[in-house]
Amino acid sequence: MDEITAGLAKAVELILALDPAVVEITARSLAIAITSTTIAAGIAVPIGGLIHFHNFRGKRAVVNLIQTLYSLPTVTVGLVVFLLLSRSGPFGSLGLLFTPAGMVVGQTVLISPIMIGLTIAALSGVGPAVRDSALSLGASRFQAIQTIMGEAKAAMMAAVLLGFGRALSEVGVAMMIGGNIRGHTRVLTTAIALETSRGEIELSMALGIILVSISLLVNLLVNRVQGNWWT
Amino acid sequence: MIEALGVRAIRGGVEVLRGITLKAGRGEVLAIIGPTGSGKTTLLRILDLLDPPDGGRVLFDGVDLSEDERARFLARRRMAMVFQKPTIFNLSVEKNVAYGLSMRGVSGPLARHRVRSILREVGLSGYENRRPSSLSGGEAQRVALARALVTEPDLLLLDEATANLDPRTAETIEDLIRKAVRREIAVVMATHDLDQARRLADRVAVLMGGSLVGLGSPVEIFETPGSEEVARFVRRRSGW
Repeated sequence: MDEITAGLAKAVELILALDPAVVEITARSLAIAITSTTIAAGIAVPIGGLIHFHNFRGKRAVVNLIQTLYSLPTVTVGLVVFLLLSRSGPFGSLGLLFTPAGMVVGQTVLISPIMIGLTIAALSGVGPAVRDSALSLGASRFQAIQTIMGEAKAAMMAAVLLGFGRALSEVGVAMMIGGNIRGHTRVLTTAIALETSRGEIELSMALGIILVSISLLVNLLVNRVQGNWWT
Repeated sequence: MIEALGVRAIRGGVEVLRGITLKAGRGEVLAIIGPTGSGKTTLLRILDLLDPPDGGRVLFDGVDLSEDERARFLARRRMAMVFQKPTIFNLSVEKNVAYGLSMRGVSGPLARHRVRSILREVGLSGYENRRPSSLSGGEAQRVALARALVTEPDLLLLDEATANLDPRTAETIEDLIRKAVRREIAVVMATHDLDQARRLADRVAVLMGGSLVGLGSPVEIFETPGSEEVARFVRRRSGW
């Protein structure tokens, strides 16, 4: 128990002193997660919109498949992306393996399904009355779609934040695609795993506190945009 | 102005409108009355071009809108509908009322002036920055009516627009309808309130089981109904 208390005190000290290793790892984690979330949002929102606003054969099956991919194990995504980016893989020539860019690719693959699915759910939650009201007030079909997306923006924002939370907290892709290289691809989750195994509890706890704090902040933001967007 | 010719509608395998033929002209209020489930809302949605008919045609200013998507869009821009349960967008009252104007590319001081003026007419001056969640049912319905009227439609469709409102708010809305009709627009209103139909309508259409069973002036429909079926409905509803 004393060890934990002492570790916690040291961890807080590392954070407050802006320890260079802690700052660097945190900054890299945020940069990679924000980049992958931005790219995934750019992919997921249009695809979610296309699926929602168009009726086609097998639509239900596509939505079911996307929902199944929500719970895709991160190590499975890591394995598939590793094979694709490895030297002998189809995208090996890009040289992305063991780079932050490769980690962005992996995280984008990981979080896109959940963001597409939640975008569809957000748009479905708006209901047909909004579309009818928009059209009956003279909106074109495209303007009506813009109105529906505007009405769903709180839920879509929550989808993006949830994607960010998953990207930041995953460890499989970061470890397998990034390789946990110090000063290059080491992020919060992989650093925690490594430092714990090396017995560096204080640094692990400091990074853990930061990770949990960011996750908590993201959750607070999700609750805010879902329940209380306007006030 | 608007004309339904043999309009049929099928919902869930059931024929809910059976060859309805009627029209409403400029400066005229046509009230559609009938029991719940008689097809009033379905007919209004078809006249508002939200749903296509399963048979028959809808003409707007003599133009058949069955085939031409562009013509339907242009016609819809000259109409506005107020639904029984108003859907107020998650925007300020001002932006809600300006919605139809902004869809038509009208913005800035002109839009603001028209919005403020119509809000004054519906008794909601000072509500510009209010959020939908802070509006009562009656206020929301008045916002919906203002939002429809601000576009100066040639055809106004009202689906039970004063249902569930207190008498004073209903009276305000009726006054606005009368005022709009003086601008030579056509109004087609579905209503459960037969006294309201009698007060406002120039002609009354009676729908029962998806069929048009009566069409005439309020005097004809309420005092000399042409059939026993219509007589029974208007007398029971009016409490005669």
